[in-house]
Amino acid sequence: MATTKKFMYLNRRSSFGTVYAIESLEVVLIAAAFEQDVSLAFIDDGVYQIVEGQNTDGIGMKNFSKTFHALGDYDINKLYVSKESLEERGLSESDIMPLVYEDEDDDWAEKSSIKVVSNDELKAIMSEQDVCLSF
Amino acid sequence: MLHTVNKSSFERNSLQSCVNIIDDTSVILFIEDGVINAANNSKSSMIADLAAQGRVFALQGDVEARGISSKLADNIKLVDYAGFVDLVVEHGTAVSWV
Repeated sequence: MATTKKFMYLNRRSSFGTVYAIESLEVVLIAAAFEQDVSLAFIDDGVYQIVEGQNTDGIGMKNFSKTFHALGDYDINKLYVSKESLEERGLSESDIMPLVYEDEDDDWAEKSSIKVVSNDELKAIMSEQDVCLSF
Repeated sequence: MLHTVNKSSFERNSLQSCVNIIDDTSVILFIEDGVINAANNSKSSMIADLAAQGRVFALQGDVEARGISSKLADNIKLVDYAGFVDLVVEHGTAVSWV
């Protein structure tokens, strides 16, 4: 079996103004199929990708924010959100979608995948990665 | 004049450049990622005076797409696409701060 590596996907842009956000999500879902240790980080305007209550009816684009709910089923359950980036934008953890996974080591208990972290904490998490892909 | 801004001020300085040279009768319309500038956040002071004068608009569909309808700064006026057209007609020359 191939070695498992730690992959981090760094999301820095909001969802609909550019293709970066949806392209990142596509790559994350592909990578999930290779059973790597995947985590996502949301910093800068990237935090808007997972804000609760997005409705794209008025702009005729796909509301792919719903796809983030599928990540838990692909064993992607480490979604780090920059506390500083939220605060600058007048947002808090309660504005983020309730993304969850079922923990197989804990009788499939439903747990939150969202981890709001300071930039200092995120710095440490990034330094542990083997691969970091920025979008 | 009508100034449209389609970038977040956390990402680009186009809103600041626009605010720096906007005259006393022109209005700003936020579209696409520009609507992030309509949210109440750490950069809202940039447009507070203009908004208080009723001169700052945001495109409703783009606001709703980003889930920030309940997060808007004070005095932002929402418009739909028909309202966008009305602004163009009313204010003549349009400037796109892309």
